[in-house]
Amino acid sequence: MSDVIQQFQETIRSAATRRAPLRIRGSGSKDFYGLHLDGDILDTRAYSGIVEYEATELVFTARAGTPLREVQEALAENGQTLPFEPPHFGPDATFGGCIAAGFSGPRRAYQGSARDFVLGVRMLNSSGEDLRFGGQVMKNVAGYDVSRLMAGSFGTLGLVLEISVKVLPGPEVEQTLQFGMDESAAIEAMNRWAGQPLPLSATCYVDKSLYVRLSGAASAVSAAQKKLGGDAIEGDAFWYSVREQTHPFFADAKSLWRLSLKSTSAPLALGPTLSEWNGSLRWITGAGELERMYASAVSANGHATLFRSGDDVAAIQQLDIGMLTLNKKLKQALDPEGIFGPRRLHALF
Amino acid sequence: MGKPEHFPSETAKPAISKAELVRRLSSVLPEASLLHEEEDLRPFECDGLTAYRKIPLVVALPENERQVQAVLEVCHRGRVPVVFRGAGTGLSGGALPYEHGVLLGLSKLKNILDIDPLARIARVQPGVRNAAISEAASVHGLYYAPDPSSQIACSIGGNVAENSGGVHCLKYGLTVHNIMKVRFITIDGELLEIGGEGFDAPGYDLLALVTGSEGLLGVVTEITVKLLPSPVKAQVVLAAFDDIGKAADAVANIIGAGIVPAGLEMMDKKATGAVEQFIGAGYPLDAEATLLCESDGTEEEVADEISRMTDVLNTAGATEVRISRNEAERLKLWAGRKSAFPAVGRIQPDYFCLDGTIPRKQLSNVLKRIEEMETTFNLQCANVFHAGDGNLHPLVMFDASDDDQLHRAEKYGAAILELCVEVGGTITGEHGVGIEKINQMCVQFQTRELNTFHAIKFVFDEHGLLNPGKAVPTLQRCAEFGAMHVHVGEEKFPDLPRF
Repeated sequence: MSDVIQQFQETIRSAATRRAPLRIRGSGSKDFYGLHLDGDILDTRAYSGIVEYEATELVFTARAGTPLREVQEALAENGQTLPFEPPHFGPDATFGGCIAAGFSGPRRAYQGSARDFVLGVRMLNSSGEDLRFGGQVMKNVAGYDVSRLMAGSFGTLGLVLEISVKVLPGPEVEQTLQFGMDESAAIEAMNRWAGQPLPLSATCYVDKSLYVRLSGAASAVSAAQKKLGGDAIEGDAFWYSVREQTHPFFADAKSLWRLSLKSTSAPLALGPTLSEWNGSLRWITGAGELERMYASAVSANGHATLFRSGDDVAAIQQLDIGMLTLNKKLKQALDPEGIFGPRRLHALF
Repeated sequence: MGKPEHFPSETAKPAISKAELVRRLSSVLPEASLLHEEEDLRPFECDGLTAYRKIPLVVALPENERQVQAVLEVCHRGRVPVVFRGAGTGLSGGALPYEHGVLLGLSKLKNILDIDPLARIARVQPGVRNAAISEAASVHGLYYAPDPSSQIACSIGGNVAENSGGVHCLKYGLTVHNIMKVRFITIDGELLEIGGEGFDAPGYDLLALVTGSEGLLGVVTEITVKLLPSPVKAQVVLAAFDDIGKAADAVANIIGAGIVPAGLEMMDKKATGAVEQFIGAGYPLDAEATLLCESDGTEEEVADEISRMTDVLNTAGATEVRISRNEAERLKLWAGRKSAFPAVGRIQPDYFCLDGTIPRKQLSNVLKRIEEMETTFNLQCANVFHAGDGNLHPLVMFDASDDDQLHRAEKYGAAILELCVEVGGTITGEHGVGIEKINQMCVQFQTRELNTFHAIKFVFDEHGLLNPGKAVPTLQRCAEFGAMHVHVGEEKFPDLPRF
């Protein structure tokens, strides 16, 4: 594999010399996301495979190009999971893309995000230097937390080669419950239940129904089911459809907005809505006007992203001037030649 | 990167005199918030790492965010170095004053601003004590999860600066996992909101970057923390083992069985011996290793988990397994663990508390080698261990009034940290680098990684005014340290997974 790294290094150094943009890419399952997709493709799939996994350490390390499904199969053999339940958005999604995108699935509000589970990275910077940050241990506060900074950076700060994540045992049993109610009542119920010691692992409100998933020890799940009531739903298909956006709600959406808000925010009346994460994540379809979406999100203590757009690429929430300057300076510090995915995340960096 | 144009300095000096600094600060601070006489400065000379002491030029104790901002503006304009201090309980010297700079204490910003029980968040000022958050939230059946052992005294601002952990972090995470947003002021006085009240924020994840940055990038003046529902029940199992290796295997088997305990702690014989003399927690004195394994959750979850844990511990060859029968018993068993440091302090006048993290499978090996080093350095070392997450706290005992013992203890500590790096771990799991482990950073990181850290530092603090000489060593320091030291370099261990 060292020859692959060498090739990556040559590609990066050559691009840096020419100041030519590079587009770090796995299978392209998240190509829909971002402002601009400029540059020659650097395909991470050449660098694939599990580096180290010992189930009793709860630490898993793999190369960026490893298919995400392969990662999850290896974990499942030991009854373990990626606790942030990442969406794949394509059959060949890679582990590297999963972390670079930093997207998390239904379990996020209860277990944490992709970023939360990152323990360490090995990466190449814009000089092609081979760097390691964080580690393969649960707790590590030596140096700035560069590895978690990579989560959600979409390959704009460097080429991540290997990632170590914390993994957890999967639940003994899961049970989904369905409740008919209106949106306001659902927001209230999700938040109230999240404040109680219940084995919640997902909530979603769509089509006048609240869906709640319980996960954990059989005894705890059945006790909670008794307490909450609702109609029992078989299987995991519903949560798959929410996570992968194959649910009919997403089907004919020209534009898909993602609003990340304070969980108790009242219904927004901006268009058809699917809410997750106790109401702190709201998906809204319809061609909402940009400024109105941004303003609504800000008034609900959050931000909005045009996640998918019928045209070509999505728009990401503007940053205030202070944060914009800081983000821009950070990008320049870590990628002085500006070769890694320029303007994918923001028009100005 | 790769072209370090901006070397940080460990010897930054202000561009203005002390008298001028005092004059400028007194125009932005109330009289009682500015200390500059020697006898007033003395109480601030050190933090929890008492082996190192320095007197700052002045101590500023602003009463509100606006004053924090004003102090930083004054310092930035006068190129005056600044060190931040919360409650001063840190163990790595992160709040050790800088003799040519201001010590900026956040202790007067101590209000809980708001608790929103339905959204399960609290907005607090940095000087609020960690435990005070949970106390205030308890009426809503909520609590703040990270619980460093100093939680009755340490402040949440300091927790953010150090990314503090605690006994329960295997299950509930570190500070970085339990905060949503901070109000953050950079050295030039700019106020930023980092993070958000939703689960994510636009742009790069700067919240992760500033958490644990040890006061090198800026200061937090307000923190929005997550609150979790208090578990209905908690119960602890004590298990004794006649062999450290068996205890380590038991820990692996618990995790292997799919259990994530709320707390999983190990103590060696020296540590339990010290604790028993100190408070009599009822630990078995003849055990080579004692495990405390806690379950929390609903009644059903705890009953299930305790029974599964007990099975695993018995199968692993525990010589004794004892389950707490009530809350008083549970607290007594934990009281022993939590008093391990002062207990060791009673046996020997001084000790260094180290903080390496190792892959758990290396535990027997590492403990054996730490024990062998007792002979090399002619000093004793007790071990307490956050076994669940691999965070080891060896306590190297010595008498600081004997210069030679102090010197040997420093060398012993350094050798243990380098051993942690050698087996694939890290020099600090939760206490931070501060001044204490600054040289060992040269062992853990190569020049190219340090350059990345310096580039990040430059983004936030281009004149290198914040906490000079701490957390991230200069290349010059590492060159000097390397010259007199055997490096755990790439040539020596080419196959070592080291990140």
